Amino acid sequence: MQKFIASALIGAIFGLGIAISGMANPAKVLNFFDVAGSWDPSLIFVMGGALITTAIGYLVIFGARQKPVFDADFHLPINKTIDARLIGGSAVFGIGWGIAGFCPGGAIPALGFGGLPVIAFVGAMIIGIVLARSIDGLRHKPAKAF
Amino acid sequence: METEFTPWMSLAGGVLIGISAVLLMMFNGRIAGMTGIMTGIIPPFSTDWPWRIAFLAGAVIGPVVFLAAGGAIPYAVPVSLPLLALGGLIVGVGVYYGAGCTSGHGVCGMARLSPRSIAATITFMIFTGLTVYVVRHIAGI
Repeated sequence: MQKFIASALIGAIFGLGIAISGMANPAKVLNFFDVAGSWDPSLIFVMGGALITTAIGYLVIFGARQKPVFDADFHLPINKTIDARLIGGSAVFGIGWGIAGFCPGGAIPALGFGGLPVIAFVGAMIIGIVLARSIDGLRHKPAKAF
Repeated sequence: METEFTPWMSLAGGVLIGISAVLLMMFNGRIAGMTGIMTGIIPPFSTDWPWRIAFLAGAVIGPVVFLAAGGAIPYAVPVSLPLLALGGLIVGVGVYYGAGCTSGHGVCGMARLSPRSIAATITFMIFTGLTVYVVRHIAGI
């Protein structure tokens, strides 16, 4: 129960950060990438603030703790290979992000206030994940990527 | 459509995203990547779904509470519904194969200096920029 409540509060901080940063606002996200048009560089500050905070915080945690509060281990990705799957998937993700202006972390926090546009995006995104996972599962056992 | 340059709000939002990522690692030992968290509650559910549901619910409710308390969240979608759905579908496929998105690779992975995440982030930033250029300045949508 403690873990459940803590997770909800941590999620609320994430959602609030996304919302006030502008990452949940497709107009702003698309303008960040539109260097040749109505450029808005604000998202550099989102990335900078998030990266520096996370990098310092991770260093402190990994230095100070053997394990997390509610789990036996830190779950860090062990896959180290940079392959076509990673690069191809990331390129495809970029194309979709450039079309819609929403990324997954930007879209979920917008669900409470963003109306039909974000609902349409999230619905289609879930279908995309399910589709990719089914196709992947036909070829081989789905990779335990997460 | 022009949007206002908001360095301080964006920086504050970024720091909150970072604090959330650090706390999720400290308490749950997990990467605060939206793709990974979300994929665990799309059937077949992963066994540790309760914290994922809680995190996602918090992420939705956080901004709603902020709005109810009088806060402002600028929001505009200059994209048609069919293109939003198309983009969503493509994003879903991409983040599945790419094993992460802006939050997982771009923030948490880059903060750990993971070569995979750095490669993924550079790739999707380039392709997002190219796509926006093609959509806005070549296709003229």
